Amino acid sequence: MIMIEAVDKWYGQLQVLSECSASIDQGEVVVVCGPSGSGKSTLIKCINGLEEFQKGQITVDREPIKSASTNIYKLRSKVGMVFQNFELYPHLTSIENITLAPMKVLKRSREECVQRARKLLQQVGLSAHGEKYPSQLSGGQQQRVAIARSLAMDPIVMLFDEPTSALDPEMINEVLDVMVDLAKSGMTMVVVTHEMGFAQRVGSRVIFMDAGKIVEDRKCPDFFSNPNSDRAKAFLSKIVKH
Amino acid sequence: MNYHWHWSILVEQPYLSWLAHGLAVTLTLSGLAWLIALPLGTLIAVLRTGPWKIGRVIGACYVRVFRNVPLIVQMFLWFFVFPEVVPKTFGFFLKRQLPFPEFTMGLLCLSFYSASRLAETIRSGLETAGSGPKNAALASGLSYVKTYRFVLLPMAFRLVIPPLTSEFLAIFKNSSVALAIGVLEITAESHQIESFTFQGFEAFTAATVLYALISLMCLILAGLFKRYLSNAGGLGAEVAIK
Repeated sequence: MIMIEAVDKWYGQLQVLSECSASIDQGEVVVVCGPSGSGKSTLIKCINGLEEFQKGQITVDREPIKSASTNIYKLRSKVGMVFQNFELYPHLTSIENITLAPMKVLKRSREECVQRARKLLQQVGLSAHGEKYPSQLSGGQQQRVAIARSLAMDPIVMLFDEPTSALDPEMINEVLDVMVDLAKSGMTMVVVTHEMGFAQRVGSRVIFMDAGKIVEDRKCPDFFSNPNSDRAKAFLSKIVKH
Repeated sequence: MNYHWHWSILVEQPYLSWLAHGLAVTLTLSGLAWLIALPLGTLIAVLRTGPWKIGRVIGACYVRVFRNVPLIVQMFLWFFVFPEVVPKTFGFFLKRQLPFPEFTMGLLCLSFYSASRLAETIRSGLETAGSGPKNAALASGLSYVKTYRFVLLPMAFRLVIPPLTSEFLAIFKNSSVALAIGVLEITAESHQIESFTFQGFEAFTAATVLYALISLMCLILAGLFKRYLSNAGGLGAEVAIK
């Protein structure tokens, strides 16, 4: 479903991704982890073209990102994305946040979109909050609305960019529960996260990155029980300690 | 000081109708300038922050030219120089056939100048709105135009209502500069009353009170508008900070 082939990216002189290659199949839940600044977020932002890369190619659903013939907007509409800071539209209610893209991009009717939005809000446990503005919701609730907003586009894959990093511990779980349900429903997911518990529960593979390189790409249980590289061993020993 | 106060002059003819005419010209000039400057300024702000390099260059040049030249100099340039540097037939049209030449050129000048200031105000709003919601909108497949239309501009306008109010008032006050090219607005009419009657205190008191009343009305309108917007999804302080 997603092919990442030898992607290199520089910010000026600074190389932030080097020789990154990976492939993600339908229905897989791939967890991307690694220390801060290792290029995790940058890599998944390359998948929907929010970040440009200078070398290599990424193919989503057989369509190459870097190609004149690809309609990047159409491609993005098939790829859902959830951000660290939720990024809801603050001037719109939950329902309006969810219905904006389906109405304006997919040209669906308002009634159809609102109906779908209510169903999605129910799915993420927020049926009572459709008419509220983001500033009236807690962080965890905002992130769940953001997930519903992405799902409203019927994406073929969902990208999560540290979805729980800006949340306090109580709220982390309400968001993770939604993500676990989503994973179990068969959604293809790429998740940048430090939540190793989530990775162990539903992850099919772990991609471990350091300094812009993919250091390990392993089946989930193997990575935790028997990491290959010293860097991953050091990383795991540090985060499991507490 | 041996000054003969003569307040009743303000309600005598023809002076009362001169003031009324001045008021009408000021209101029309500023109102029309606002109607031209707001969309133009918005367009320039969008170009300056948008993804197209050529647009950013055009936007920056526009702001530099129109904001850095004193308004009164621009008035003279529009009225005396502009008709001489354009092709001859068009110049002839401007000098001889244009209806209300002073008013029209004054209006163009005031609109273009105000647009450059509005563009900077709106740009600050667009930049405060931030890259987060923009990325979220783009990630959902919205085009740049739709991202601006449905997400960034509605956010930006809510953020800049207070400075926008100041700009609105500035247009009213700046319209007095048009007297330099012979537009008979409030200040010019007051000056004329002073020349005819030597009752300068009364005449300019009238002008002062009229300007103050207009400004007060604008402030009340802006307050109502702000209250309306904050009922319909106003941005909380948390967004302004982020």
